[in-house]
Amino acid sequence: MVTFNLLLNAVVTGILLGGFYAAVTVGITIAFGMLDIVNIAHPVFIVMGSFIAYIVNRNFGLDPLLAVILAMPLFFLLGIVIFRFYYAAFEKSGKGSLRGLAFFFGVLFVVEVTLLLAFGVDYRLVQTSYIGPNIGFDHIDLPLRMVIPFAGSITLVTGLHLFFSHTFIGRAIMAVAQDEFALSLMAVDTVAVRQLAFGVAIATAAIAGGFLIVIQPVDPSLGREYIGRVFAICVLGGLGSITGTVIAALILGVIETITSTLFGPSWAPAVSFAALLLTLAIRPSGIMGR
Amino acid sequence: MTRVPSWVWPIVVAGLVLAASRVVKNEYYMFAGYVVLQYVVLASAWNILGGYSGYVNFGSAAFFAIGAYGTVVLDKLWQPPLVVAIFLGGIVASLVGLVTAYLTLRLRGVFFAIATLALAIVLQTLVMNWDYVGGPLGYYCVRPDSIVGFPSYVNYLFVVMLALAVIAVLVARAIESSFIGRGLAAIRDNELAAECCGVPTLRLKVFATMVSGGLMGMAGAPFPYYITYLDPNSAFSFAYGINSIAMPLVGGMTRWIGPVIGAVLLAVIQQVATVTISSELNLMIVGGLLIGFITVAPNGIVGLFEQYGQQRHGRASP
Amino acid sequence: MILQAPLLEATSIRKRFGGFVALDAVDVTIRPGERVGLIGPNGSGKSTLVNCLSGAITNDTGTIRFDGRAIERLPAHHRTRLGIVRTFQMPLPFASMSVVGNLTIPLRFAARYRPGCSEGKNDFEQALLILEDVGLRDKAHASSAGLTQVEMRKLELARAVAARPKLLIADETMAGLSNAEVDEIISLLLKLNNQGVAIIMIEHIMRAVMAFSQRTIVLVAGKKIADDSPDVVMNDAEVVRAYLGE
Repeated sequence: MVTFNLLLNAVVTGILLGGFYAAVTVGITIAFGMLDIVNIAHPVFIVMGSFIAYIVNRNFGLDPLLAVILAMPLFFLLGIVIFRFYYAAFEKSGKGSLRGLAFFFGVLFVVEVTLLLAFGVDYRLVQTSYIGPNIGFDHIDLPLRMVIPFAGSITLVTGLHLFFSHTFIGRAIMAVAQDEFALSLMAVDTVAVRQLAFGVAIATAAIAGGFLIVIQPVDPSLGREYIGRVFAICVLGGLGSITGTVIAALILGVIETITSTLFGPSWAPAVSFAALLLTLAIRPSGIMGR
Repeated sequence: MTRVPSWVWPIVVAGLVLAASRVVKNEYYMFAGYVVLQYVVLASAWNILGGYSGYVNFGSAAFFAIGAYGTVVLDKLWQPPLVVAIFLGGIVASLVGLVTAYLTLRLRGVFFAIATLALAIVLQTLVMNWDYVGGPLGYYCVRPDSIVGFPSYVNYLFVVMLALAVIAVLVARAIESSFIGRGLAAIRDNELAAECCGVPTLRLKVFATMVSGGLMGMAGAPFPYYITYLDPNSAFSFAYGINSIAMPLVGGMTRWIGPVIGAVLLAVIQQVATVTISSELNLMIVGGLLIGFITVAPNGIVGLFEQYGQQRHGRASP
Repeated sequence: MILQAPLLEATSIRKRFGGFVALDAVDVTIRPGERVGLIGPNGSGKSTLVNCLSGAITNDTGTIRFDGRAIERLPAHHRTRLGIVRTFQMPLPFASMSVVGNLTIPLRFAARYRPGCSEGKNDFEQALLILEDVGLRDKAHASSAGLTQVEMRKLELARAVAARPKLLIADETMAGLSNAEVDEIISLLLKLNNQGVAIIMIEHIMRAVMAFSQRTIVLVAGKKIADDSPDVVMNDAEVVRAYLGE
C-alpha cells in the first residue's frame, strides 16, 4: 500500500541516491563533457575502486572510504597513463571519437573480465560501523550507509566545482574544453592540461567506488548497469556542467527510487536508460546545455 | 577466361559447407558451426552501419533478442514454420531500428552509440518484467524432433543459419557496391561534406540501421530452438554486443569479406578457448583483440592486405 | 544589363547562438551569373551566412528563396541538388577515396538531380573532365589525403563544380596561398562564371575581391553595411573604419 510516508521516504532516499550518482557521474562530466573523450569504461573503474576498498577493508580492516582516498593518487596516475595512450593512438591523428569509443568499450570488457577472474562472480561487501544503523527523525528513516556517501559526494562535487571555477588549473581546463585551438595558439600545452583533467576524472572513480561498496554489495559486472545512468545524467545535465550533473543526478535518483517503490526494483535499470533516450530525442543539449 | 563475379563465392562456399553437413555425423559440429554462422550474420549486419557509415552500434544484443523473443511469442501463440518467425523477427527488429535511428541519428555518432546501449538495457528490463515470455525465469522452447528433408532438427537449424549467412553477406555486398554504399562511405569520411555534396545523410543512415537491425533480428529468430532454454541473460548477452564490433574490426570494416573473416576467426577462437580454458577468458581475448586492432590495425586484416597491395602498386582506392 | 529575376533572395536573415547575435537582419540578393564578393572582419558573420544559405544550419528568422522557391526549411543536401553549392574554408576531402572518387559523390548525389546534366557520359568520365579543367587530372588516382594545400583547394572547387551549381559559394578558397596560386584560383572561378554559374566569393585577399567581383557586400558584426560595386565599397568611410578599427 502506498502511503505518504512511503513516498516521502522514497523521495528522500532518492535524493541521497542522487547525490551519490552525481559523484559517479562527475568523472564522465569531465571526460566526456569537457574533454570530449567517451570513456564508456568509467563505471568499471568505479567497480575497480570498490574492489580495492573491499580488499583493503577485508585484509587490513581499514575504512573503505579511507582506502579509496588513499588510492586516489594511483587512479590519477592511471588516468594519465590511459590518456597518454589514448592521445597517441587516436587523438593525435584526428581519427574521430568513435574509434576511441570502441577502444574504451574494449577496455571496459578487459577490466571487467580481469575482475571476474580475480574475484569471481560473487557479490562483495565491506564492514564498517555505519553500514546497518539508520538515523531517523519524524517520519523519515535514513540509512547511514547512504547518508555518509551522500555527504561525501556533495563534498567531492562542490570541491570540483570550486576547483574548476576558482583555481588557475581548473579554469585552464575549462578554457581548453571550450576552445582548444585558440588556446594552443597561445602556447598553452593543451595536451598536458587535458591529461591532467582526465587524471582527475579517473581519480573520482576511486572515491565513487568507495561510496558504491558502502551503499550496496558489488560484483564485477555491476559497472554495466551504471553506463546508462552516467551518460543519461551527463547528457541530461548538459554535458560539461557540474551543476547540471548534480541537478540531473538528483532528479534521476528520485525518479528511480519512486519507480522502484511503486513498481518494484526490477524496473530501475530501465528508468535511467529510458530517460537517456528521451533526452536524446527531445532535448539533447540537456538542462544546462549550451 | 571471364571473371567470376564476387557474389558467386559466398554461394559456392555455402554449397560446399552444405554438402559437408550432409556427410558429417557428429552433431557437435552442427552446434559449433551454428554459432560461427550466427556471428557471420551479426558481424556482417553490424558492419553495414558501423563499418560502412562509421556509426557504432553497441546494442546488437537488442536486435538479436527481438528476433529471439519474437519467436518465443510466436511459439506460444501458434508455432509457425521457422521461416515465418525469421521473417517477422527481421521486420520487427527493423522497425525498432527505424525508430531509434530517426530519433538519434540527427545527433553526433557518439550519441547514437550511447542510445543503442540504452536501448539494449531498456529492452532487457522490459523482457525481464514480461511474464508472458517467462521473465527472469526464462522460457523452455521445445525443439521439434525432426523435420522433412534433414537428418535432424539441429542439422536443419544449421542449414537455416547457413542460408541467413549467405543472405547477410550478399546484402552487405550489394549495399557496398551500390550508390548507397558510396554514400555511406562519404558519410563515414566526412558527414558534413557528404551532406553538402547532395548525399541524403539521414535517409541513408536510417536505411542502413533498418537493414542492419533487421538482419540481426533474423539471426536471433532461430535461437530459442537452438538453445531450447531462453532467458534474458542469454538473449541479451554482452558477448553479442562486443563480438559484433570486434569481428568486423579485426576482419576489416570497409569490405563485406572483413566481417566474415573476423567472425570465423574470432568465433572459432572463442569456441576453442571455451572448451580448453574457460568461457570468461575467451571474452578477454575478444576484448584484447579489439583494443589491439583498433589501436594498431584499425582497418583490420583486410586493411593490412590492402595496405600491402597499395605499397606495391602505389594506387589509392577509387 | 537586363534585369533578370533574382537567383537567390535572402531576406532579413537572423541567427543567434545563445546570447550572441551572429546575423542581424541581413539581406542578400544574387542574380543569375553574377560575381559577388563578400567581405568583412573576422567574426562578422560571413561563415554563418554561408552556413544558413547552404543549409548547414537553420536561420532563426528570415526567408531564403532560390529560383523562386522557399528553401529555408530544406536540408543541405536538398539545396545542393537545387544548385546551391558551397566549398569549405578548411578543405574536407573524403580521405578514404581517391581524387577522382571524391568527385563521383556529388556527381551521383547532386548533379544527377539537375535537369539536363550528366546525360551520356558516366560519372567517372565526367569527373576526369572536371579534374582536367582545374588542373588535377594527373592526380586523379592519388589518395585525396596526401595533396598539397593548393591541390586540396582545387579539389574542393572541383567537387563543388561536380555538383553542377547554379550558385557557388567559395568560402576563403585562397587563404594562405601564394600570389601565383591565387591567380590560378581566380581564373578557375572566372572560367566557371563564364559558363553561367553565379559565384559568391568570400575572401580576405582584397585584390582578389576587387579583381573578381562585380558587386561587393560588406558584413560587420552581423550587419550588412555596404552592397555596391567594389570601387564604391572600398572607399566607403564605414568600411574603411571597420577594417582599420575604431
